[in-house]
Amino acid sequence: MEVKIKSMKYEDFKDNEYIEQLIKELKASNTNVVVGCLDEVIDWGRSNSLWPLTFATSCCGIEFMSLGAARYDMARFGFEVARASPRQADFVMVAGTIVHRMAPVLRRLYDQLAEPKYVVAVGGCAVSGGPFRKSYHVLKGVDEILPVDVYIPGCPPRPEAMFYGLMQLQRKVKVEKFFGGVNRQEKRDKVFGK
Amino acid sequence: MANIQQEISSFLSEATFVEGPILEVSVPEAKWHELALYLHDKLHFDYLVSIVGMDWGETMGCVYYLTRTADNSQVSVKVEIADRENPLIHSITDLWKSALLYEREVYDFFGIRFINHPDMRRLFLRNDWVGYPLRKDYNADPEVNPIRLEHEAVDDVTHAIVETPDGKLEERTNTLFGPEEFVVNIGPQHPATHGVLRLRTSLDGENVKKIDVYCGYVHRGIEKLCESLTYPQTLHFADRLDYLSAQQNRHAVCLCIEDALQVEVPARAQYVRTIMDELMRISSHLLFWSTFCMDLGGTTAFFYGFRDREKILDIFEETCGARMTFNYYTIGGLMADIHPDFQRKVKEFCAYLPAKLKEYHTLFTGNVIAQQRMKGVGLLSREDAISYGIAGPSGRASGWACDVRKNHPYALYDKVEFNEVVRTEGDVYARYMVRLDEILESIHIIEQLIDNIPEGDYAVKMKPIIKLPEGRFFRQVEASRGPLGIFIESHGDKNPYRLKINSACLPLVGGLDPMCRNGKIADLIAIGGSLDYVIPDMDR
Repeated sequence: MEVKIKSMKYEDFKDNEYIEQLIKELKASNTNVVVGCLDEVIDWGRSNSLWPLTFATSCCGIEFMSLGAARYDMARFGFEVARASPRQADFVMVAGTIVHRMAPVLRRLYDQLAEPKYVVAVGGCAVSGGPFRKSYHVLKGVDEILPVDVYIPGCPPRPEAMFYGLMQLQRKVKVEKFFGGVNRQEKRDKVFGK
Repeated sequence: MANIQQEISSFLSEATFVEGPILEVSVPEAKWHELALYLHDKLHFDYLVSIVGMDWGETMGCVYYLTRTADNSQVSVKVEIADRENPLIHSITDLWKSALLYEREVYDFFGIRFINHPDMRRLFLRNDWVGYPLRKDYNADPEVNPIRLEHEAVDDVTHAIVETPDGKLEERTNTLFGPEEFVVNIGPQHPATHGVLRLRTSLDGENVKKIDVYCGYVHRGIEKLCESLTYPQTLHFADRLDYLSAQQNRHAVCLCIEDALQVEVPARAQYVRTIMDELMRISSHLLFWSTFCMDLGGTTAFFYGFRDREKILDIFEETCGARMTFNYYTIGGLMADIHPDFQRKVKEFCAYLPAKLKEYHTLFTGNVIAQQRMKGVGLLSREDAISYGIAGPSGRASGWACDVRKNHPYALYDKVEFNEVVRTEGDVYARYMVRLDEILESIHIIEQLIDNIPEGDYAVKMKPIIKLPEGRFFRQVEASRGPLGIFIESHGDKNPYRLKINSACLPLVGGLDPMCRNGKIADLIAIGGSLDYVIPDMDR
């Protein structure tokens, strides 16, 4: 099965094994015919209207702003509008260095996002600490405090690189199991634990 | 310079002097406040540029940089104390208001407490942080300061150490916000704070009564990192400080190191550096215009400003290979020669922009709503601007001619002709207009240089390992938001003993409280936008 993204050919993505692995796992759990079809429809809709949270701490944030401006215009791909409130956003783009003082704030923002939610780590600092990795006050990657779905390396990544990363997120959303899957993640975790 | 030395030595016989580009005076701590008073009142050193905290191993202390705005002469004062367990220095917050934040920064990094400072809290690090990171004996074990996911306690009271008239020291607590006050928390995650700045704002209805600024939400510890890096390596952090004046920041570090090594930079590199600095300034001011108009509700402006900014980024990209963090200047010149298309594209851009600026003025500046939100709002007098250290375009909007390009010219600024844009209103409108007018001045500078870039080398060959001679070096450049100072203390090694970045943005937030007081809360957004601070520059 191919995961189709309108803006880019399947062969042009560089990590298709990963997405095929995801699909294999999904098939192994035997999806119901009706629910499976509904999943596809809903995931198609979700993947084409992922709204980011307006969150930026440093340099990558300016490139994120360029993404919203006229030349790059992320609305073309369905990242329609950046929301200032986490309650209205689908994913958080962690654009910039996250330091000790910011960590609890970011964690709270993540907790405030409504399920299903995603995290994209943008730039060297959010991926691994980047040039500030040895600092006393910088997190060695935002994955120390949040589960990250997509990593976009660069210092800062070019807007094109950000699009590539965001399309990867769309692909991930497209193959997810929605009913009984991501739509109930939180409830299920609360009842059964992780 | 000799004159200042004579006057100080006749006033204070204990003072010792080290001559250099900037005269350095050493005084014992007990006499420091007396000398500060003399410098401020009698010698009229009214602008405190920087306070550099120092740890010399055996002793600790501060180096103060002062400027007299009348003739721009500079002096530095070194205060050394031997007590490492309970280091105390007299505060100078009663003379220079910018010391309010600078001294808190020194306390945060070195644990030096300031007598008579009203508010001795940490500035950048969490309240519950253990240790003082810029001390040489700091314990960097991550177990001492793990990543804490619980929120830090909010202080409504603060501690101070006060000297009573009979010379005794007393611990006191000062109230920041009383129990009856209505305190609204703005930030750190708020689109109108331009980054992760947190303002605790006490409100009376819609009126702002007091603002307490919390910095450090992107404090990256660059100064400490630099101490273990070689000089060429330290350059790379400069681009990431204030990423909207990346070229100028790097220029400052290069200048400081070249000064110390006494390297002569080739003329070609000087020309390119000056042009690049001005292009960067234009791109920064365009971004200011975009975001400031958006703050005031003009969303379309954002797209216009970014459209024109992209043209500059294209020029940068061709030559430097990056859109934001350029890594272009290097010690002794440039990393690479300019792109063959560089001159043509810059000239095209210089011809293109003035027409667009007119469009900006028609669209936004002349708008009645915009004018009413800008004029007479956020007033800052010239005296306050100097006392709070609010320099750069914001200072020039208050009538203070503080352009480093004019006062202490570097690169080619003494050879080109340009006007220093100064306005006297001191309100949001003036700060807005100064920036837009500076774009025209920058274009004027570029036009004078672009056709005359001389042939020749773009860099001098440096030794693979660069060692600076012993001493203290301080250089400033005019970045997009104000003067950026780089202080380096070298002990003759291949890495700096201490590198301090004197940010242009930190004093700007220091001035938020007096500017916003008794104004409306909506004006807070306009004032913050007009100051145009960049948080990673302030936090470092």
